[in-house]
Amino acid sequence: MLVQASSMPIEAPKSHFQRRSASAKTGLHLLMAAISSMFLLFLLSYILRSQVSDWEALSEPWQPLAKTTQLWINTALLLVASVAFEMARRDVDRPTQGNTREFLWLAGLSSLGFLIGQLVFWQYLTDRGYLASSNPANAFFFLLTGLHGLHVIGGMCAWMIATYRLSLAAHKLDSKSVSLAKLSIELCTTYWHFLLFVWMLLFALLSSSPGTYAAIAKFCGLGE
Amino acid sequence: MAYVDDAEHEELHEPTSFYAKYVWSQDHKVIAIQYSLTAIAVGLVALVLSGMMRMQIGFPGSIDMDSTGYYQAMTMHGMIMVIYLLTALFLGGFGNYLIPLMVGARDMVFPFVNMLSYWFYLVSVLVLIASFFVPGGPTGAGWTLYPPQAITAGTPGSEWGIILMLVSLIIFIIAATMGGLNYVTTVLQARTHGMTMFRLPLTVWGIFVATILALLAFPALFVSGIMMLLDQTIGTSFFMPEMMQFGTQLDHTGGSPILFQHLFWFFGHPEVYIVALPAFGLVSDLISVHARRSIFGYRMMVWAIVAIGVLSFVVWAHHMYVSGMNPYFGFFFATTTLVIAVPTALKVYNWVLTLWRGNIHLTVPMLFSLAFIVTFLVGGLTGLFLGNVVVDIPLSDTYFVVAHFHMVMGVAPILVVFGAIYHWYPKITGRMLHDGIGQLHFWITFLGTYLIYFPMHYLGFLGMPRRYYAYEDYQFIPDSAQSLNAFITVVAIAVGISQLLFLYNLVYSLFKGKPSGGNPWRANSLEWLTPDTPPKHGNWGESMPVVHRWAYDYGVPEAELDYVPQTISADQVPVHESDLDE
Repeated sequence: MLVQASSMPIEAPKSHFQRRSASAKTGLHLLMAAISSMFLLFLLSYILRSQVSDWEALSEPWQPLAKTTQLWINTALLLVASVAFEMARRDVDRPTQGNTREFLWLAGLSSLGFLIGQLVFWQYLTDRGYLASSNPANAFFFLLTGLHGLHVIGGMCAWMIATYRLSLAAHKLDSKSVSLAKLSIELCTTYWHFLLFVWMLLFALLSSSPGTYAAIAKFCGLGE
Repeated sequence: MAYVDDAEHEELHEPTSFYAKYVWSQDHKVIAIQYSLTAIAVGLVALVLSGMMRMQIGFPGSIDMDSTGYYQAMTMHGMIMVIYLLTALFLGGFGNYLIPLMVGARDMVFPFVNMLSYWFYLVSVLVLIASFFVPGGPTGAGWTLYPPQAITAGTPGSEWGIILMLVSLIIFIIAATMGGLNYVTTVLQARTHGMTMFRLPLTVWGIFVATILALLAFPALFVSGIMMLLDQTIGTSFFMPEMMQFGTQLDHTGGSPILFQHLFWFFGHPEVYIVALPAFGLVSDLISVHARRSIFGYRMMVWAIVAIGVLSFVVWAHHMYVSGMNPYFGFFFATTTLVIAVPTALKVYNWVLTLWRGNIHLTVPMLFSLAFIVTFLVGGLTGLFLGNVVVDIPLSDTYFVVAHFHMVMGVAPILVVFGAIYHWYPKITGRMLHDGIGQLHFWITFLGTYLIYFPMHYLGFLGMPRRYYAYEDYQFIPDSAQSLNAFITVVAIAVGISQLLFLYNLVYSLFKGKPSGGNPWRANSLEWLTPDTPPKHGNWGESMPVVHRWAYDYGVPEAELDYVPQTISADQVPVHESDLDE
């Protein structure tokens, strides 16, 4: 990431940046491993629970998840956030010419949009009487989207730090604050790709047909 | 090694105020002590609870404890000992203190997160303790918290107690994750000059792999905790089946209690190794130092730790043989369970071979280490019995199981905890623990635990079921079993009280102990080579240590002394052949 040193205002002190960067990246990867473990176990529980007869899949044609427009819009918003972070990351080495700040704001706002979109869908479900306690399929939907949302909110905290650091870097233009801003943005980018991946996996699973669940369950040796 | 270059040039911002230094501290050594003292304090609560249970079993009616209180004591005893004492002490206590010192770092890589980890842990402990004071008291569901009974009326604490227990566990898991990220990242990123992974002391390896297990296994407990919490509070049916409670149909339908068991044990079995692997690591170092011998088969030991870590994720259902699962599953899990005995046995052989022809000093840490080897062996062998489905089924839920797991993951790791505290106390405080009190504490604890747990195997064979509040009027339990129960209780109370010796020693030696100097055991690893004892903020003074060899060069013929610290270069003393890294 330091390749374009020539276009940077001041060369970053390598050791300091490398140290923080390597540690923070390792830490983030470990955190993502732990979060993955959590979601994987939820998904296995989901599959197993879906094989009990009281399960009323939300994806049946007469159920709310047969129409997924809202969720597709949310997906698009998260995708925009992820891409915007990527663009911000690429631009961060050219603080004078690039649009890092704009991309960063786009990423933050579209993530916020994603969260609001998810809440809108929650409202849609509860308005129609699909409460968490009325069916395990509903409960899992709220639980999984809720937990994913909480992880997005956690990410938003990191986004705030990144935005703050970027404005500090633009103000001070010293190597330390530039590399800190850069690191923050890089970490956010990785995390948002991860959030997008988890969401797509959840979305795919939540909107699959009961037949798919049965097939997965059978494949895992959990079905009848 | 960019980290270490940087650590050398960076200014140390030593905290000056009392609060920054000892309360909101970001120094790994202070956090370690905070973790350890909290863990020991809550462990004492669990110890008292076990004493109360023993009184009820040995001398029914001798104390004011009804069956509700008994189940609550049993549950809290188990949960506290496994999670809030052992896990916290090994990872939060020893991990925090030793990792940065042993790898040659100034601190953990994320000191702020490290501090948060402790405060989350403290909150989880407070929430847990708070459950003693809510209406209905703490949960009495057994430490496994199986639904549906954990959240069904009739089980003690099924309303508030269980909620606080689950909330406390969730907070604990967040704390453990924050700590865990630190430990693993510090080992991977913050090692000093020349400190390769294969020069790390086995203590670091044990804690490192255990932490990875924790990061991947605790989510299973988190997942099951969240789902049970929702079942209890908002009436979902993740785990709760359709059922009657006191003649009333509950609103739950179709939930799967077996799913909970799978999730719980997917956490629960690695948890055994989250506790055991650090113990393996610590004890390897204690044995090597106090027998003045290089550890036998260092690389083998490392790979055994890794192999045990990996295998520990595929044995969980051996806790569920009686849950009515498919016999083929049982066969699979029995096989993996027996396979895990291979790397474990290898470690035991290597410890014994390290001792072989060693210059064994029977210091208190060494006594505890030797006691660990035999205790772990006994507990491990009964594990082989129980790992087989056909043997497990008749012994399931008897005192044989109680004896097995107390030996293997209760007593054995605690012996290591004691040994390690006697070993590292001089580094932490600059003073030696009193040797005489230590010896007395050791012999009472070691012999006492055998007197407690050996007879339990026989009680198990007699079919005495575990978790019962009273054993009167069961025809299949002979009267003699009751005299054995009384005997066990007497010993257990004595051993419990004798732990005061240890506490007294900790406090007494802090003020009156013999000054230890920097390296009283003449050990090689970096933590003994700090410029100050106890190490100051930043650990290493001006310059970072440079490592030239592994931590196990004892009894080297070319050396003047019988040990060669890791910082001695090859010019001064040739690097020994057994240092495979060269």
